[in-house]
Amino acid sequence: MSYNLDFSVVVDRLPELLVACLATIGLAIAGMALATVIGVLGVLARRSRFKLLRGLVIGFVEAIRNTPFLVQIFFIFFALPQIGVRLNPTATAIIALALNGGAYAIEIIRGGVDSIPKGQVEAGKALGLHPAQIFRHIILKPALRAVYPSLTSQFIMLTLTTSVCTSIAAYELTSVAQKIEADTFRSFEVYFSITLLYLIISSLMMGVFALISRVSFSYPVK
Amino acid sequence: MPQSAAAQAPLIALDGVGKWYGAYHALKNVNMTVRKGEKIVLCGPSGSGKSTLIRCINHLEEIQEGKITVEGTTLTASARTIDAVRREVGMVFQSFNLFPHKTIMENCTLAPMRVKGVSKADAEATARKYLERVRIIDQADKYPAQLSGGQQQRAAIARALCMEPKAMLFDEPTSALDPEMVKEVLDTMIGLARDGMTMICVTHEMGFARQVADRVVFMASGEIIEEGPPEEFFRDPKHQRTRTFLGEILAHH
Repeated sequence: MSYNLDFSVVVDRLPELLVACLATIGLAIAGMALATVIGVLGVLARRSRFKLLRGLVIGFVEAIRNTPFLVQIFFIFFALPQIGVRLNPTATAIIALALNGGAYAIEIIRGGVDSIPKGQVEAGKALGLHPAQIFRHIILKPALRAVYPSLTSQFIMLTLTTSVCTSIAAYELTSVAQKIEADTFRSFEVYFSITLLYLIISSLMMGVFALISRVSFSYPVK
Repeated sequence: MPQSAAAQAPLIALDGVGKWYGAYHALKNVNMTVRKGEKIVLCGPSGSGKSTLIRCINHLEEIQEGKITVEGTTLTASARTIDAVRREVGMVFQSFNLFPHKTIMENCTLAPMRVKGVSKADAEATARKYLERVRIIDQADKYPAQLSGGQQQRAAIARALCMEPKAMLFDEPTSALDPEMVKEVLDTMIGLARDGMTMICVTHEMGFARQVADRVVFMASGEIIEEGPPEEFFRDPKHQRTRTFLGEILAHH
């Protein structure tokens, strides 16, 4: 076995790879932001008085969590155009990541909301606050704090899942790596390098998550 | 309506109130009136319905029978009457229920700002007034978890007072406290009573009842068994169940 490692191809095309990293981070941040919104709204819908709405959310969560992400993204990219919904790869990737991450976020955040003691809600009611105000000002923050570790590890998953978006030729790190590999046949060097790059991206994300936690959830609890 | 009649109308009136949890009959034909400025102590064995009763007054629990009227508003399932009643009635809970992610000051200003639309500056001025009154103004910028139990309960009292209610409901306010902290909370409540606040207190603190109550109401099995001014109530209880109950709790004091 005599394979001569040559990272010069990677070094030559590092600018391309770094821009692709930014694209990956962009997809991930857009996906996480929308997933959080879907998560919070989904929890509200899941707790609403309307049975139909609750049923829809349960159906959505189960459908997403019990099917492969690859099939979901193919569905949006290849099946929806058949009924007139045509999206470019980047938009498709963001929507797929948001829906997938959102379904998991609903389940995670719901657990956090359920963990808030009933007395908190009663105190809000006794003070005359309305249900929406109670959710917004009393429940939401402690609930998010309670599930923050699960939520952020789900978001790291979401970040890594952006690589699957290669399958619809979305512009991100893995698809750029594939292109470089096809140009140079340096599979080992290319995939070893992006493995490191994904590791760095994940570590950066975790650092940011820790910072957000320190800024937003630093209040003491017993 | 002539002024005198308005002054005499009860602030809180319960009329034939009945409540069930499924098949369990929690409140049975409860009648009670509380005039402005009156202090009522509600006592009775656990499960007697006393907490349920005061939780019905601000509609944390729904009644199935009879009616509850607060300051002329009869409670119904409609949000309008519930809002109206909750604006007039403050509540203090056994477990404090302060909001852990908000400072004591923020706990006190949340409802005045969101419910009454008071400006932040005005809400903070009001909060300072009541935090001074319960003697924890120096803790205003701390979070609930940084306070002792007694301080937390006093903060919760201040939070309720910030809505400037006409009446206060206390649901076993000292039951979750370490013994050495009971007094500071009771002293706060006594001060409030002296200032003329209308109060309904569910408590086992019979010393407090003797000191401030206009009437002591004894409940058992969801019914009001007897009521009377404290001296009379403690000296000469009419019913056997009252005597048994007093015998049990006073034996420990």
